[in-house]
Amino acid sequence: MKLEGKVPPGSLGEKWTKFKSTVPLVAPNNKRRIEIIVVGTGLAGASAAATLGELGYNVKCFTFHDSPRRAHSIAAQGGINAAKNYQNDGDSVYRLFYDTIKGGDYRSREGNVHRLAEVSRNIIDQAVAQGVPFARDYGGLLDNRSFGGVQVSRTFYARGQTGQQLLIGAYQALSRQIALGSVEMYNRHEMLDIVKVDGKARGIIARNLLTGEIERYAAHCVVLATGGYGNVFYLSTNAMNCNVSAAWRAVRRGALMANPCFTQIHPTCIPVSGDYQSKLTLMSESLRNDGRVWVPKKLEDAKAIREGKKTGLDIKEEDRDYYLERRYPAFGNLVPRDVASRAAKVACDEGLGVSPTGLAVFLDFAAAVQRYGKSAANVQGIHNPDAATITRLGEKVVEEKYGNLFEMYEKITGENPYKMPMKIYPAVHYTMGGLWVDYNLETNVPGLFALGEANFSDHGANRLGASALMQGLADGYFVIPYTIGTFLSNDIRTPKFDPDSEAFMEAEKAVKDRIDQVLNVKGNQSVESFHRRLGKIMWDYCGMSRNADGLRSARQMVVELRKEFYQDVFVPGSNDEYNPELEKALRVADFMEMGEVMILDALNREESCGGHFREEYQTEEGEALRRDDEFAYVAAWEYTGWDDEPVLHKEELMFENVELKTRSYK
Amino acid sequence: MKLTLKVWRQENANKKGSFSTYQLDDVSEHMSFLEMLDVLNEQLIEKKEMPISFDHDCREGICGACSMVINGQPHGPMGGTTTCQLHMRHFKNGDTIVIEPFRAKAFPVVRDLVVDRSAFDRIIQVGGFVSVNTGQAQDANSIPVEKDVASQAFDAATCIGCGACVAACPNASAMLFTSAKVSHLGILPQGQVEAKRRVQAMVKQMDEEGFGNCSNVTACEAECPKGISVENIARMNRAYIGSVLGSETSVS
Repeated sequence: MKLEGKVPPGSLGEKWTKFKSTVPLVAPNNKRRIEIIVVGTGLAGASAAATLGELGYNVKCFTFHDSPRRAHSIAAQGGINAAKNYQNDGDSVYRLFYDTIKGGDYRSREGNVHRLAEVSRNIIDQAVAQGVPFARDYGGLLDNRSFGGVQVSRTFYARGQTGQQLLIGAYQALSRQIALGSVEMYNRHEMLDIVKVDGKARGIIARNLLTGEIERYAAHCVVLATGGYGNVFYLSTNAMNCNVSAAWRAVRRGALMANPCFTQIHPTCIPVSGDYQSKLTLMSESLRNDGRVWVPKKLEDAKAIREGKKTGLDIKEEDRDYYLERRYPAFGNLVPRDVASRAAKVACDEGLGVSPTGLAVFLDFAAAVQRYGKSAANVQGIHNPDAATITRLGEKVVEEKYGNLFEMYEKITGENPYKMPMKIYPAVHYTMGGLWVDYNLETNVPGLFALGEANFSDHGANRLGASALMQGLADGYFVIPYTIGTFLSNDIRTPKFDPDSEAFMEAEKAVKDRIDQVLNVKGNQSVESFHRRLGKIMWDYCGMSRNADGLRSARQMVVELRKEFYQDVFVPGSNDEYNPELEKALRVADFMEMGEVMILDALNREESCGGHFREEYQTEEGEALRRDDEFAYVAAWEYTGWDDEPVLHKEELMFENVELKTRSYK
Repeated sequence: MKLTLKVWRQENANKKGSFSTYQLDDVSEHMSFLEMLDVLNEQLIEKKEMPISFDHDCREGICGACSMVINGQPHGPMGGTTTCQLHMRHFKNGDTIVIEPFRAKAFPVVRDLVVDRSAFDRIIQVGGFVSVNTGQAQDANSIPVEKDVASQAFDAATCIGCGACVAACPNASAMLFTSAKVSHLGILPQGQVEAKRRVQAMVKQMDEEGFGNCSNVTACEAECPKGISVENIARMNRAYIGSVLGSETSVS
């Protein structure tokens, strides 16, 4: 199989413009005859369904949630990037493109990323027109802040709830189309298989989660916007129900899974507190604008803190190691996520961790409180303010900026972060890997498209902060409405597909058999216990750092766990009822297959880049050692059967505009 | 700590429900409320019983999925907190905790603590948006919005659609939810063009869904995990009257 990226020819800045002017169109009278299935209602899915509906297509949209508004995009905190250059600080489309390519450690496609940077500006315009209440300054214009890995302020935000506000905007646009009848919405429906007719994706099989009924839906093409697979690790910042099943079922029907080992570990999350823990909570990267990351210099101080004999406040300034500022003076606390996470792991591995488990570092706002306090006193005309006044005024400014995050931290930990430095540790957050797609966002299965986190396309080996919202909305609002024409323009005479045809009946039967299989094991272990065990294997051997021996043994462990699952899992209840345990069982079964491919990919990629750190490949200073001569390619895996070895397909990455350099933030 | 839980069990909307009592022995104060229920569910599964169904997803207080009444209060005893953010350190050893679904005619029970809140979606569908197709927008900074006005709109827009306001209200009224959306869009210049139609259509749909009327109890504000103010209700009432009297806009 030859993988063709289908990036249009021409200079970088003209590719997308030319593509848009020459892409085959579907006339309005024909759009009315065409049906599109969109699975998922996060930023990518909701924006795609709404926009395709506006264009006149007949859209069927599916979510397993009780409402499209609950998708996990809603939890994104910090912001959304756009090359608006409203701050006049030297930003441009090219600079956003370059930062994204570099931040991704040169493992993404130039053409796709440049397009993303171009449309980023339209997203902000669209969102504001919808009434998304972004932060503003006193002149009434939009405000910006900085995120990791860049030296400009291009992040638009709505306090710490940017994802919520953008998703509500897309949800409202979707709701409008539902009312107009151009989108038919299926809540509490989970896609369990793709249906192919003559090699093309023409429908899905979904389970009605309320009744358990298995239903067949046909369309001219299928768009998956079903998010990432971070929950393979069990503990992550993803929502509890995030899963890989839609994408994995597509892989089982012939789609390729690209770069699955590229997972993002976010440096600032609230540390694990006990075995019962069900998920981890992110503290927004925006906190690193003002927070300083440190650990004690002395092992005995760290030990005393772990044992509760000292707190962070007892450590004198000269006994603290602000290790990010020390190691990376140019970017300091705002280095990209992969770099910050590994540095935290190094500090904790050296025995300098500051929580009882030893797995936490400090994120300290004391300096910011002082700085803001002095500035606020000055503004209020208070000369020679005393320490208490400075602290009071400073805390107020910090509260305005990060109030809801501080509140969330206090609710979870019971500690007041205004007084005590926060404790944070890295956690799984995002997956850069995903379904392989070409420039049109079409997978290798004709008629099957993948958007947002579900595809692999734009972030390479590491995603920059505030770029997930940008990509999800770019794909949904501004890319798929054009690129889908490349497929559908050949289908304007194709009549509607019959959901009672053989291909659909066969797929339905396969789904029913699979459900019977997990229900009939009637073993003794809960689904949750298998998920926890899978997560531990993945985190220990395929997490923040990886090596060949560990990965080999992990693969064996996952294979054995999978066998054990089908011999001893217990799923209560039946298929014919509302049964969340059954839903979970099907998802965990897919995670176990996905986990193995992630391990295989990590084993194959004998280099360190972005979020993928192979211990065998590092510089003397412990930085990632990329091997461009051998690994500047996209690794796309083909599933060939339960017992067979997945097959690797390579798409070489061409860099015509950017020179491959060692990524340095020093 | 040791806890006694009285939990509402109901197989589906058509069957009668009742309380079941469970004992939990080893609850850590660091657990979240839902993690405590996870532990109970694992024990039920071990005994080959059906676990307790409850809606939940993000577990960080933003998706609005979790929805239960704990000791008579939607989302439990802490102000400004969703159930998923509630931690067990706020309970004492030996406590008895009563857990029920959000109860309202417009929110039929699906199973146990899970209810159907799609009525909220339908209220948004009739007018909770700005009619702007993708690609029609002008440059974002060409619509300046006063900082405080943007901030007010944001406060209304932080509603997570959980339905606690309905569960808290003795009339099961959805005025807080509806008014939050009417305010969010009505305050901003972008929402002005459709403001009259919007408020009329959303109020009409709210009534058709079977939610009760507002009698100014304001329990909705007290129990709202996002602190949405009842000022929004006042604003909606003003907007509604203004849109009906002396106006040619009418949604029949």
